[in-house]
Amino acid sequence: MKTIIRNGRVIDQKNRIDGVMDVFIASGKIAALGTEPPHGFQADREIDATNLIICPGLVDLSARLREPGLEYKATLESEMGAAVAGGVTSLACAPDTDPVLDEPGLVEMLKHRARSLNQAHVYPIGALTRGLKGEWLTEMAELRDAGCVAFSQSDKPLPNTRVMMQAMQYASTFGFGVWLRPQDVYLADGGVAHDGEVATRLGLPAVPVCAETVALSNIILMAKETGAKVHLCRISSAEGVAMIRAARQQGLSITCDVAANHVHLSEMDIGFFDSNCHLVPPLRSLGDRDALRAGLLDDTIDAICSDHAPVDDDAKLLPFAEAEAGATGLELLLPLTLKWAAEMKIPLSAALSRITSGPARILGVEAGHLSPGADADLCIFDPAQYWRVDAAALKSQGKNTPFLGMELEGRVKYTLVSGLVVHEG
Amino acid sequence: MTDVGIMSNNPQLNKNGLLQHLLTTEGLPAPILLNILDTAESFVGVTERDVKKVPLLRGKSIFNLFFEPSTRTRTTFEIAAKRLSADVVNLNIAVSSQSKGETLLDTVDNLSAMHADMFVVRHSQSGAAHLIARHMRPEIHVINAGDGRHAHPTQALLDVFTIRRYKSDFRNLRVAIVGDILHSRVARSQIHALTTLGVPEVRVIAPKTLLPTKVERLGVHVYHEMTQGLKDVDVLMMLRLQNERMLSARLPSTEEYFKYYGLTQEKLALAKHDAIVLHPGPMNRGVEIDSAVADGKQSVILPQVTFGIAVRMAVMSILAGN
Repeated sequence: MKTIIRNGRVIDQKNRIDGVMDVFIASGKIAALGTEPPHGFQADREIDATNLIICPGLVDLSARLREPGLEYKATLESEMGAAVAGGVTSLACAPDTDPVLDEPGLVEMLKHRARSLNQAHVYPIGALTRGLKGEWLTEMAELRDAGCVAFSQSDKPLPNTRVMMQAMQYASTFGFGVWLRPQDVYLADGGVAHDGEVATRLGLPAVPVCAETVALSNIILMAKETGAKVHLCRISSAEGVAMIRAARQQGLSITCDVAANHVHLSEMDIGFFDSNCHLVPPLRSLGDRDALRAGLLDDTIDAICSDHAPVDDDAKLLPFAEAEAGATGLELLLPLTLKWAAEMKIPLSAALSRITSGPARILGVEAGHLSPGADADLCIFDPAQYWRVDAAALKSQGKNTPFLGMELEGRVKYTLVSGLVVHEG
Repeated sequence: MTDVGIMSNNPQLNKNGLLQHLLTTEGLPAPILLNILDTAESFVGVTERDVKKVPLLRGKSIFNLFFEPSTRTRTTFEIAAKRLSADVVNLNIAVSSQSKGETLLDTVDNLSAMHADMFVVRHSQSGAAHLIARHMRPEIHVINAGDGRHAHPTQALLDVFTIRRYKSDFRNLRVAIVGDILHSRVARSQIHALTTLGVPEVRVIAPKTLLPTKVERLGVHVYHEMTQGLKDVDVLMMLRLQNERMLSARLPSTEEYFKYYGLTQEKLALAKHDAIVLHPGPMNRGVEIDSAVADGKQSVILPQVTFGIAVRMAVMSILAGN
């Protein structure tokens, strides 16, 4: 199967490419970029990408596919469909499934299920501790052999600092990445909104910023001591960004990401108890949001993730604190990144790197660029097409997002995984 | 989208700007609050008559939906509705359908299918009344009788009604709210009602563990000591202290709390000589208030209860008329 994509604007930050050209694909790989086909190239399919942008398929660091165990919220099939509809061709999925991804057999099964659907590449993140209970280490090396690319505690607490330290030491023995979302379990206990003016007005139990920074301080100190390859998930506060920036300036090789919702929204968006804005970590102040944007701009924050967590409608139709946290995100990752780029007036190539080469580097996988010979994972989108975020427009089984009912710019037209068109919009 | 203010699209008002639901005192214009107070004034007479009934809500069905136990508030709403000649149904949902796993909105849907005209809702979660109001058919009215820590607007309205009865003009008053502001829906609603009605100085007095973050953004002055906070105030609004505050490490003991924040005659003497003392009830004597003050001549705690019925009659009749 040979495919030619004609006349699109190719943007590949990693290879410093930004220009209108053709993309030639053969045997699932990028054969060439440019205007001249490789010698003897005969296309079976031609895609006209005039006025469209061709970029590497998006790489998402935080998607909950809800399989195994939580299929009533979403199935692998529905969410893989959502991923490619959003231009996402590689995704890391968190271990907080039911049962937890803490055994090689479960990981293999998930990889097998994902492969059989023949859509995006799925990279399981293994549980750092058995059952995510924060007590005993998992068989990390075995889990890696089964396909795990890193290890995390998901949103489950790890209050025992000795276990955390030893988990980092053990992981670093093999060079495995440890992914942690910094949150102190006691300081965050019961909280559902940022400890600020809005929670005060609405009478919502609050999560103070120090719930993030106290935990962050522990993690940074232990990363320094153990030399572990730590990735920080979904940073939410200005103070947190400043601490990570300082740690990096000291030469620590930690990385971090931010959720797309947090790049745009603040506590103010909760309005009158909008449960679609019940997210973890909570939406914080406007100052925090601006610091997250600035952190992305100066490379303190390496990646934007979808924080995809589909929630069924019934679980959102409850008073704010009782409503389940989370939002669907895979199909909003691209438009929300474009919106950030437009608002900050930064070049598209720099913005797209936060959802392609940046996260690919953290995952440690060959993705996020369009070098000849690489897997032909591509996202082809219309940067000027507006679309309305509503239930009908979303493939994900979760229809809940703070952006419900809004118009966003940027719609995926084609998604290719290993050279095959897996989505046409 | 972040510049969408909290006040936009007020869910309490209908498209003509009239009160559709009473969910919170926040964001209600002063004329609406004053109209409720004036209407309540006319109902005080009714409650003092031999035949304590007017036919304003004859044929209307009012459902008291209490998802959280309450005797006093539910009773005053029931009396208010009956004095307006409405049919009243009391439901204590805490012990019925919720324990069978029915969701809040399922319960409400079932009841509205029984042709309710008005719901009076109390729930332990902030935002529950907003959720129900948003879900309702437009002809149904919702009154928030207390949601979590968020709001208790009829309590705040009866408090300002009581204040107006004893102090003529809101615009030269100094009011202190004392106690557990953090967990208090009453305090939040009082603050918004008082500031909207033009009270120039509203103070909150509490230890830092009982004050929410940035409470000063609600337009209040923050004090941590009674000696300073009570100086020259015209009105003292005491709040109930729940025992579980000790368990959550917010306070060391009721004894220490009473010593530093409990209202005694000596502390009351710091306020103006004609200051009045309010309490939303039920009181913890010897914790937030001394019996000598609660039963003393500056206390208006029992009149509050009486006025509560008139204020709730006013709210119900105004909503039914809009």
